[in-house]
Amino acid sequence: MKQFFIFVKKEWLHIWRDRRTLVILIGMPIVQIVLYGFALTNEVKNSRVAVFDQSNDDATRAIIQEINASRYFSVTDYVHSYQAIGATFRKGKIRLAVVFPQDFQNDLLQRNTAEVQLIADASDPNTANTLTNYAAAIINDYQQRVDENRDLPYTIKTQLRMLYNPELKSAYNFVPGVMALVLMLVCAMMTSIAIVREKELGTMEVILVSPLRPFRVIIAKTIPYLAVSILNIACILVLSVYVLNVPINGSLLLLIAESVLFIVTALSIGILISNGARTQQSAMFASMLSLFLPTLLFSGFLFPIENMPWPLQLISNLVPAKWYYNIVEAVMIKGLGFSAIWKETLILVAMTVFLLGLSIRNFKIRLA
Amino acid sequence: MRTLKFLLQKEFRQILRDPSIFRILFIAPMIQLLILPLAADYQIKNINLGVVDQDHSQYSQILVNKIVSSGYFKLKDYSASFPQALHAMELDKADVILEIPAHFQRDLVSRDAAPLFIAANAINGIKAGLGTAYIQQIIQHYNQDVRTQWIQFPRYAPQPTIDVEYSDWYNPYMNYQFFMVPGILVMLLTIIGSNFAALNIVKEKELGTIEQINVSPIKKTYFILGKLIPFWVLALVVLTLGLTIARFVYGIIPLGHYITIYIFSAVYLLAVLGLGLLLSTYAQTQQQSFLVAFFITMIFNIMSGLFTPIESMPHWAQVITWFNPVAYFIQVMRMVILKGSGLSDIRNQLFAVLGFAVFLNTWAILNYRKRT
Repeated sequence: MKQFFIFVKKEWLHIWRDRRTLVILIGMPIVQIVLYGFALTNEVKNSRVAVFDQSNDDATRAIIQEINASRYFSVTDYVHSYQAIGATFRKGKIRLAVVFPQDFQNDLLQRNTAEVQLIADASDPNTANTLTNYAAAIINDYQQRVDENRDLPYTIKTQLRMLYNPELKSAYNFVPGVMALVLMLVCAMMTSIAIVREKELGTMEVILVSPLRPFRVIIAKTIPYLAVSILNIACILVLSVYVLNVPINGSLLLLIAESVLFIVTALSIGILISNGARTQQSAMFASMLSLFLPTLLFSGFLFPIENMPWPLQLISNLVPAKWYYNIVEAVMIKGLGFSAIWKETLILVAMTVFLLGLSIRNFKIRLA
Repeated sequence: MRTLKFLLQKEFRQILRDPSIFRILFIAPMIQLLILPLAADYQIKNINLGVVDQDHSQYSQILVNKIVSSGYFKLKDYSASFPQALHAMELDKADVILEIPAHFQRDLVSRDAAPLFIAANAINGIKAGLGTAYIQQIIQHYNQDVRTQWIQFPRYAPQPTIDVEYSDWYNPYMNYQFFMVPGILVMLLTIIGSNFAALNIVKEKELGTIEQINVSPIKKTYFILGKLIPFWVLALVVLTLGLTIARFVYGIIPLGHYITIYIFSAVYLLAVLGLGLLLSTYAQTQQQSFLVAFFITMIFNIMSGLFTPIESMPHWAQVITWFNPVAYFIQVMRMVILKGSGLSDIRNQLFAVLGFAVFLNTWAILNYRKRT
């Protein structure tokens, strides 16, 4: 046991004495959580709109004014031909164009039907979709207000409630996702480098001839990084609550326990990668390429998993970040207890045991 | 010039003789490019619907059928009470709950008005916003149907309605891959380019071989160029592979010219590689260099406008994106491929990236010291 602690101490000194790296390891998650927490948002705000109004009457002016007044849009360009709309789109200035035909108000009042065209720049289909829907809703509202004066019979009155996030803040969705992303990458990369580095610099020989068993060598290597990661998670949680105003509605203790579990999963992935790699360079690239994009895409916070083709849905089950994201969302935002997340927890535990077992089995006690 | 030639020979050999580099540089990105774009579909469809029907009437049946047949919703949960439905939402089985109170049909027909309750899981604000917008539209149409059913024509003329027509320019089928594939290619190029460059010089430092270069008659500029050019060539090969996959696997044929893409990429890569080399001249260990390069490229990529629109960011974050070469590349890819923009349309972006390239590489050359 004493040998073991000496080993832990050795690892700790490696980290502690390389102050620059330590600053990077602790500073990186802090900067990222703040930056992404504020900047990653798909709320549309003040999207630029061009108007091609061939009618120019009270009704069209009222609708334009309402579009301009909503927080989603600001009407910036008035154009006088379809060609001009194309030109404005190509310059990348506007996202949406609203076209009113001639005699809009007349048609609306006399013939009871009038047309309006919404042209979206669908080169970003996601935003285009959202914008046309919002604009259609504003026009719809206007129409209903026109109708209201008539006191219609047989009216269904819908009441709407937004649960968990009434202000529709993006941070509620993104903060748990960013937590999963940052923890996974930082933890896995740190450990994968730590082991390969000894190989590359030749100090691995010394470790391999030491009386410590491979199992213990690996555990000793990860413990200091576990400590750094727990410090990271503490920083992330404090920032989420006090800077990004994302509440912790559930149990803080449960959240921390689950985070530690996820960190251990990430650390074991790091060890596994380091077993296969010969140089620090290949270890770093392996962890980066196999973790960054898959974690980003398959955890479900950016792209809904249920939209993916089924083989990818199956793959997404192998991404630990997906389960952790579900857990954080349930505990932090929905305020649920352990009974709601036992399945996810079990999956993470199983993954960790499997990965650790695999990396210990593959730990080579001879240099090639 | 002869020095440069030998340096290049050395670098190319060093790179090409490492089998892991081949895997990292060519195979890994191409696999990612083949798989990941399929995952990146943001269209809001398949919204899970939970229904609490306390009316059990013909009307409530028709309404639910109408919502499900719209194609946006999947009826996943049918609960007897709202708390039960809420539990289904907690387990992510329902994204939107529609509650039809008792006597819905009776109230609507005999009292001229009836309420409906909709509750949405708003953690993902966009999903909740669009989901409730869709369902409200359907309810409105349904309401219209009920009216025409009960009111005879002479007594009541149909109300004025505004027909909204939609046109989606540049990508009429709303194909998300047209946007994601070039974007992911840009991300992969950036990650590989900057990180490889970031590791290169510092690797020589860590292994001690930098000593030999320091005592040899190699000019600083040549040294940096010798490091820059091999990666630049390899990255262009990766770009070509990526564009080939985009064309033949995803059917993405740019409206603009490939030449425009290559001209921009050539300059862009100089900037990205320059950044890596600059970090490399500062770092003491590969670990430091890689972590910082990774940190910067991750921020560049996530804040590039690929995943979330730049206009939505707070102003200070938008200012940060002015210094983000990836954001320019994403814009250019989108413009050239989908809108057919030419060199004159993208000149601002080109000059910006050229500025980065000159600035970063000059800094790297100045900062490289031939002593330890």
